[in-house]
Amino acid sequence: MLKKTPLNAAHRAMGAKMVDFGGWDMPVNYGSQIDEHHQVRNDVGMFDVCHMRVVDAKGDGVRAFLRYLLANNADKITIPGKALYSAMLRPNGGVIDDLIIYFMSEQWFRIVVNAGTADKDIAWMKEQAATHAPSLTITSRDDLAMVAIQGPNARAKVWQVLPQTKAATEKLVNFQAADCGEYFVARTGYTGEDGFEVMLPKEKVEEFWYALNKAGVPPIGLGARDTLRLEAGMNLYGQDMDESVGPLESGLGWTVDLKSERDFIGKAALLANPPSKQLVGLVLLDRGVLRGHQKVFTAQGEGEITSGSFSPTLERSIALARVPNSVKIGDTVQVEIRDKKLNAQVVKYPFARNGKGLI
Amino acid sequence: MSNPADLKYTESHEWVRTEADGSITIGITQHAQELLGDMVFVETPAVGRKVKAKEEVAVVESVKAAADVYAPVSGEVTAVNSELDSAPEAINADPYGAWMFKMKPDNAADVAALLDATAYQAVVDSEAH
Repeated sequence: MLKKTPLNAAHRAMGAKMVDFGGWDMPVNYGSQIDEHHQVRNDVGMFDVCHMRVVDAKGDGVRAFLRYLLANNADKITIPGKALYSAMLRPNGGVIDDLIIYFMSEQWFRIVVNAGTADKDIAWMKEQAATHAPSLTITSRDDLAMVAIQGPNARAKVWQVLPQTKAATEKLVNFQAADCGEYFVARTGYTGEDGFEVMLPKEKVEEFWYALNKAGVPPIGLGARDTLRLEAGMNLYGQDMDESVGPLESGLGWTVDLKSERDFIGKAALLANPPSKQLVGLVLLDRGVLRGHQKVFTAQGEGEITSGSFSPTLERSIALARVPNSVKIGDTVQVEIRDKKLNAQVVKYPFARNGKGLI
Repeated sequence: MSNPADLKYTESHEWVRTEADGSITIGITQHAQELLGDMVFVETPAVGRKVKAKEEVAVVESVKAAADVYAPVSGEVTAVNSELDSAPEAINADPYGAWMFKMKPDNAADVAALLDATAYQAVVDSEAH
């Protein structure tokens, strides 16, 4: 039996094509995935992200706990509402999940985790808290729903529908949130465009969804969400990273602070095992489409595509690939697609952001 | 869109039209293009290639996935639609107009034995359950 978000009926009413997405019955598109992609880059669209999980960590010493739990340093966020992107690691350095934490007060950090990993994440957090911070409460906020509104016109549309949140949210910088009572509004997203992610009570989400739609915000499926995030160079858990690889080989080196004195779960393993691979961008030079798990042949050895697709913005195929460390930007490599080896160029990602191609 | 009654079909979602000269024209069905979504790349076979029934002869790639296209019968590839190189989305817009390749069948009876529109619809319906 597939799990359903509170917007399931709305998706069907709006003509979505539904698919099994990690055990959730979710919309892959409402017509054309490419049109939906351009809609977000050029204007605005909304995504049902209710399958993601909101977790509240509350109590004395929550910051110190997160400083130990996460690879990125929770001390970087001191202004209420500021968000931080981090990996959560196993002691052996494998990535349990990537997540966003919001600093709300010294008694309260809000954490948003991926859908497929939510249960294991929460179990891990509770297990660690039991040992290191027994007075903390870790609460899965199953009462909350979440909608992402993304695109250059996203914020204006949210203010049109929720005018009561405007005053508190118009000064938010990127990666900052405001708690507006029933609506928790964060200037974050997963598309490389400006926008908000709004958390709200589950029973209000359908009304919010239809109100946004009436204001001219079309629904966008998971298909376009994937091409948007790939163009934006954002990693996807389960494809570009998982428990079998470390964050330094998953393009997350920028989020891992190994220089400070701070100890965190997985740090010793990362220091003991310097990475031999890196995550790079690829642009296909020949005709075809790059896909996950295709082999990459370089002068320095083999690699593998972790995420690949057609880029609607660049109108060519792009990918993230894990390749030997010594591969350089600008190198030409070969990708095995079915029985052929096609040429691809190693590029620095992101591939597109804020409506524009960057390659 | 219903499946045109004057065409033949395969269980692997190709449509087949018999031309006046006995050659056949092949494309993928409405149902197949709907499943795949936005087409971004089509790889057609070499003209002159001899193929067996059910052999992989072409590839269609949508944003979402790659799918093989199979020879409906044994024979020789006689033409390919090179317009799809620059406009693969024609398959989404008009699946029964955007043909992929033509063949000279080894045996006309093989074509007659393919599914008719009603039998093909039954295949589509059974996949939906």
